[in-house]
Amino acid sequence: MHQIVRREEMANGNVILNEIEAPYIARKAKPGQFVILKADERGERIPLTMADTDPERGTITVIYKVVGKSTELFKSLKEGDSYQDAVGPLGQPTHLEKVGTVACVGGGTGIAVLYPITRGLKRAGNRVISIIGARTADRLFLEEEMRAVSDELFVCTDDGSRGHHGFVTEILKKVLEEETLSLVVAVGPVLMMKLISEMTRPRGVKTIVSLNPIMIDGTGMCGGCRVLVDGENRFACVDGPEFDGHKVDFDQLMQRLGAYQSEERKSSEAHRCRLER
Amino acid sequence: MAENEDLAEKEREKNRVAMPEQEPEERRRNFEEVPLGYTPEMAVAEASRCLQCKSPTCIEGCPVEIDIPAFIRLIKEEKFDEAIRKIWEKNRLPAICGRVCPQETQCEGRCLLAKKGRPIAIGNLERFAADSAREKGLKDLSPKPEPSGKRVAIVGSGPAGLTVAADLLARGHQVTIFEALHKPGGVLVYGIPEFRLPKEIVADEVESLEDQGAEIRCNTVIGRTITMDELFEEGYDAIFIGVGAGLPRFMNIPGENLVGILSANEYLTRANLMKAYQFPEYDTPMPKGKNVVVLGAGNVAMDSARTAMRLGADSVRIVYRRSRYEMPARAAEIHHAEEEGVEFLLLTNPTRFLGDDEGRVVGMECIRMELGEPDASGRRRPVPIQGSEFEIPCDLVIIAVGTGANPLLTRSTDGLELNRRGYIVADPETGETSIEGVWAGGDIVTGSATVIEAMGAGRRAARSIHERLTRDLQPSKSVED
Ligand code: FES
Repeated sequence: MHQIVRREEMANGNVILNEIEAPYIARKAKPGQFVILKADERGERIPLTMADTDPERGTITVIYKVVGKSTELFKSLKEGDSYQDAVGPLGQPTHLEKVGTVACVGGGTGIAVLYPITRGLKRAGNRVISIIGARTADRLFLEEEMRAVSDELFVCTDDGSRGHHGFVTEILKKVLEEETLSLVVAVGPVLMMKLISEMTRPRGVKTIVSLNPIMIDGTGMCGGCRVLVDGENRFACVDGPEFDGHKVDFDQLMQRLGAYQSEERKSSEAHRCRLER
Repeated sequence: MAENEDLAEKEREKNRVAMPEQEPEERRRNFEEVPLGYTPEMAVAEASRCLQCKSPTCIEGCPVEIDIPAFIRLIKEEKFDEAIRKIWEKNRLPAICGRVCPQETQCEGRCLLAKKGRPIAIGNLERFAADSAREKGLKDLSPKPEPSGKRVAIVGSGPAGLTVAADLLARGHQVTIFEALHKPGGVLVYGIPEFRLPKEIVADEVESLEDQGAEIRCNTVIGRTITMDELFEEGYDAIFIGVGAGLPRFMNIPGENLVGILSANEYLTRANLMKAYQFPEYDTPMPKGKNVVVLGAGNVAMDSARTAMRLGADSVRIVYRRSRYEMPARAAEIHHAEEEGVEFLLLTNPTRFLGDDEGRVVGMECIRMELGEPDASGRRRPVPIQGSEFEIPCDLVIIAVGTGANPLLTRSTDGLELNRRGYIVADPETGETSIEGVWAGGDIVTGSATVIEAMGAGRRAARSIHERLTRDLQPSKSVED
């Protein structure tokens, strides 16, 4: 059992932060790695990239968006409640080294994944320009934390309620023109990561993306997480979750992420019925 | 006199007692166990057929060397509790073995009566003895051994790991089993379906190990959560690696990443471990298909096909590139699948998958094959017949063409010698690896094999570990003296 020691709601309750007791994972985890959580006996195994870890306290922090039955169930857990299962750290850590000037771009809950990577890149001695975006101002989070680990921070919202009125890609375009970037890290919706990779490819700027495909075991056993990278199948849970954005087949990834859409709808409805009863 | 014996023999030959089963029409749509088990009368009748050979050949066919004639005689004498104790001397997991061992190629294959096509149903009798003990709540009461003070880490809670644990506990060593998934049992839990091996039985066997003192730590990936080196630092005196093969193989043909194409590992793990066949009561969704294709013809393929049938498919087809004769699955499994309406498309190989605009699989292009010269495995090599391509419609494809070695643990462990295919190199007699104090056994050494073979490897490794641990004990003893 893994107790929730801190719980915060962000973005109008659409995004939840959980700090969870998991001493073994906390001891080992590095930026970029993920855990798989399962709320109860009947629950699904949900992979979440860690936003933070505290080896001293023996805790890990995850931030997730409430999007379906399983994350609704996660959301219903209060401080003091527990996850039945937590396993990790899984996947490869981010390669953190000094390369010069880097841009860290995050959209939506991707910002949670981006945060420890940004901090790591900053600590490694890079000049960090960060660009974060969300649909509206009240859906934005970790802004101050991101500012603290960036040399420059740009904020965008789709509706203009905070920062630049528009998309992170528009800011990145300007940054790409004005700066000589050695690396771009992009984490967010698949479409955002795809667009960014397309922008950086002609300029030859190395681009790392963090993928979150459908997973079951997280140890290379099921192959459900396979993504086409440079024409070859790779398992995101073992070889990833980070890959070279110029080589990822994003269109296929989007299709594969939609594999259980109709089931998920059914499941969410069944869940709501149960809650209402 | 001689005549009488002759008669008795004839009688025995005639009546191999069949185990009652759920009717195919009924069972093909439910997940309950297919064979229903012997009644005591049936068990006694079957046990009475045993010739009680002076030098029994059946034992040679048993990887864990159960004293088969002895336990069968006890069943015949209706001493069921003693029968299970006799089995427990050699096998701590009889309820599982009685169900999933390929007896026809092992003990029953060596039975003298097998020559006449009617071997004693040893597997059925083993299952009967185990089940009646379970129903009675009978526990293994062998006296608690003197604690040795030694601690052994077992990586993986599948058949190999569980056997090592049982054997070492019986010799007084402390064991901790590390499991990557959230439930112990390995392939017994994620791979083999409920209708062939009820999960309750696995849970019971695991629980009895815990009763005997085994510590089980789930959600612990050795190589990630804890490394092998750290296990030694934590003070374990020996480590056994039994992580299974567990890397799904794909076909590597166009269209394989379309939605609706899964490895058998994923399909079965969803169904068995995550209980997705009970979706939405359980949260993990199960991919459903009207027209299902399963690639491969081993036991895993049969399990996948029969699962798909139970989930309501209109048609389930096994597509296999060789002929019926080469199918690696157990005859009983093929028979069960056929009875349940699974079709077989033999001498057929897929060449590519066809998808719709949304990237979902809608069909598969195949080519017909014919058998040519024997290949390295001794089986005739299938060769494609030029121009014989044809398409079959399907909306779910399960790939069950075998597994490879999962590199997660091996890659993170320095000094562990692997073979060309990534499996751990271990002494076949003892399970010793290239690292001092580390043993290995099961599929991660041999590649995909059977549950009982993994148990046999576990047994040999446990023996070797015990010898090493007690040899180490000797000097310290003499110092005390
Ligand atoms: S999640 Fe199963 S192989 Fe990656």
